[in-house]
This record gives sequence, structure tokens and C-alpha cells, in this order.
Amino acid sequence: MNWLSDEAIARLRSAGAEPDLAGTRYRLIERIASGGMGSVYLAEDATLGRRVAIKILDVPDSSGDLAARLQREAHILASLEHPGIVPVHDAGTLADGRVFYAMKFVEGERLDRFSERASTLPGRLRIFQRICDTVAFAHTRGVLHRDLKPENIMTGPFGEVLVMDWGVAKILSANRVSTPTPAETAHDQARDDQRTLATTSSRPSLKTAHGAVLGTPGYMAPEQARGDVERLDERADIYSLGAILQFLIASSERGTQTTPRALVAIARKAMDAVPAARYASASELGQDIARYLDGLPVLAYPENAWQKIARWAVRYRLAIVLVLTYLVVRALLIFWFRR
Amino acid sequence: MNKITYGLILGGILGIFDGLTSWFTPAVRPQLMGIVLGSTFKGLLAGVLIGIFARKVHSLGLGVLFGLAVGLLFAFFIAYMQRNYYLQIMVPGGLVGLIVGYATQKYGDSSTAPASRT
Repeated sequence: MNWLSDEAIARLRSAGAEPDLAGTRYRLIERIASGGMGSVYLAEDATLGRRVAIKILDVPDSSGDLAARLQREAHILASLEHPGIVPVHDAGTLADGRVFYAMKFVEGERLDRFSERASTLPGRLRIFQRICDTVAFAHTRGVLHRDLKPENIMTGPFGEVLVMDWGVAKILSANRVSTPTPAETAHDQARDDQRTLATTSSRPSLKTAHGAVLGTPGYMAPEQARGDVERLDERADIYSLGAILQFLIASSERGTQTTPRALVAIARKAMDAVPAARYASASELGQDIARYLDGLPVLAYPENAWQKIARWAVRYRLAIVLVLTYLVVRALLIFWFRR
Repeated sequence: MNKITYGLILGGILGIFDGLTSWFTPAVRPQLMGIVLGSTFKGLLAGVLIGIFARKVHSLGLGVLFGLAVGLLFAFFIAYMQRNYYLQIMVPGGLVGLIVGYATQKYGDSSTAPASRT
């Protein structure tokens, strides 16, 4: 009898775990990510001739709970039509019973990897503003992300900034989402339990025994870490945004000058342990970053007179240099005419 | 800050300095206040014109040339009224225009009110 090598067995296992896309318009190319609930595959849409990403449950779900969660995630994504959120193209069930949904394949780099490369602080802050805009949009639609972190942000080669992985999203208020989904209607009774979904992020999020994802250490708000799920609101995401800002500041700080105090104050305000002391909305946080970039005073940092003068001088440095240049030239002219 | 306001402020400030430097010419010291006022007004007017030009034409070279021309022209009028000090008035006046022309091309918001759609 010939024994199979470990490598051959691993290959067979891997092939066996691959989803069967027969009967769908998609052709599997490769697995690109995997998480607690399912995996994300790169596939080709044979009908439209384009590449898509497909999130598929790892196993057929006999209880229907995981399937409902994945469907719900798809419906949440579909309800959030925004340039900063990956669009869902399709959803359904495979021949083997596994639920899936297809979405735009995002080619780009995760924010944590992007920030490892050289990038200016203003450039990073502009990306951060886009993240704030996207999160603010989701909040206005009544959706809380709950797992915002650099690994869940994608930056595209043409300046795209996409907030990914809405797997642990929570609906704050059903009537704030434009259209109630069939999955939500079907699972109203178990809504509390089903508010949390698994994630496909490479950095594992914490889960409770009942499947309630708490978020990612270092990026989740204290109230979220305590498992105070019912009291979570937009300010939990604002805490995570503050942590992302802190990450971006720290990344750009390496080997350069010290971080501006106003920026540190913005991150601190966003990450205040008391939710009421944080920014009231993601838009407000984004606007404070915009004020910083424009050389204006920020809400989070009250300045003294000297700091105001210093900021003013930086903001109008060109005009000041030009006036000084004029004065020097004028002095030279006076000297020349008086000879 | 839009380009016109930027030009107005910078032109005004340089105009004040331009007028104040006449203190170094003893012969005109008695008319210092009038010169400063006139020079400031000249700077403000030149700044507005250069700012308007910068909002319409996005070209550093043309902006600088236009600024220089406006500065020289206004300074010429002043010198012509004085019938004297052509060089002492026109050189700094041209310099003011040149600086404002450069600054308004480089800085300032060029956005205009959105056009109405029917």
C-alpha cells in the first residue's frame, strides 16, 4: 500500500474545502482571505467578464444561523451605497448549501501596509477624512461598523479609500436603514444575537461564546470591550476612528519630527473613555481634521496666544516671506537711490 | 481665503509699507500721510485686479506679468502726478504688483459660485 504524503493530503483537504461554484456565473480563481465565519475568494464573473470577490460560508450551515448572518451582512452592504463602501453585486446559495455574496474586487493595499510606505502626514490625514466621511454616512443610515481598524481599510491605486468588513456591523435603528431586508424580517426574534457577524479580517476579532464579536483590542471603545452591546452607539466607532488616527500619526512620526499637539488632542478627544466627551459624530471629527489641514484652530485643542500666532505664521508663511522680501528689496532700493 | 481677498490684503499691506518708505526721502516727509493713504489705495486696487485675474487665468507666468504690469501702471500714474521720482515710485510699485501676482497664483481659493442648472 502506498501512503500519501502530508503535502498531498493537505492539497486534497484544500481542494475539498473549496466551494463548488458550478451552476453559478462565477469561476473560482483563488482564496484571498478567511475568517471565523467564511472565506473570501477571487472569482471571475463569466457573464460580465470581470473579477469579483465572493464571500462564502466555510461550511454548509444546517442551523441557518450563519447563513442568515452572511445574508444580513450582504443586505447591510447593499443598503450602504457610498463610494467608500464596497458594492455588493449578487447573493445566493451554492449547490452544496453554502450561502455567498459577490462584491466588487478591490485591488489595493490595506491601510496598515500602505502606511508602512513613505507618505506625508497631510496625505494620511486626507485618507482619514475619507474614512470619517464613509463612517458618517453609515451612521446616518443607522449602521455601526464596530470593527474599524487599519486592516479593514483599503486604499486603491487611484485614491480610493474603502471601509471593508462590515461583518460585525450593528443596526442602531432599523427604521434608519432605507429598506428592511428579508433577512432582518425573518430573524427579528433573534436580532440581538444576530447583530454581530463574523469577520474575514486577517487580524482576529474577539468573540463571546454566543458569537457576539466585541471588536479588535486597541481599536474598540471601553464600553464595547465591556460587552455593553445594547448601549453602543456611533461614539464607539468614533473611538475606533481615533485609534486609527493615532496609528496614522504614529506611522508618519517614525524618523520625522514630533506630532503636532492639535492632532494628538484630536485623537485623544475621539478616544476619550467617556463617550459623551468624544466627538458627537464622525463628520465632526472629520471637520476638525479639515480645520487642522487648513491651518485653523481645532475644537479639541484650545490654544494660547503664542500658539495662535505660531499657527497664523505657518498658515500665512508665504505672504510673510513675500512682505519681508519686499521690505529687504525696498531697503536696498532706498540705499541705492540715496547714494 | 479666495484669490481676490488674498490679493486685496497683500496689496494693502505692501501698499502701506510702500507709502511708509517715503519717510526715507526727506523732501516728501511732510506729505507722508497722503502718500501712505494713496499708496495703500493703489495697493488695494492693484490687489483686487490681480486677484480677479488670478481667478480667471491659472498661469504663474501670466499672473506675475499681469501683476508687474498693473503695479507699474499704477505707480506711473502716481509718478506722473508728482512729475518726479519716476524710478523711486515705479520700481517699488512694480515689485508690489509682481509679488501680489505671484502670491495670488500660488495661493488662495479660486472657487466661484456654482453655476445654476436648468
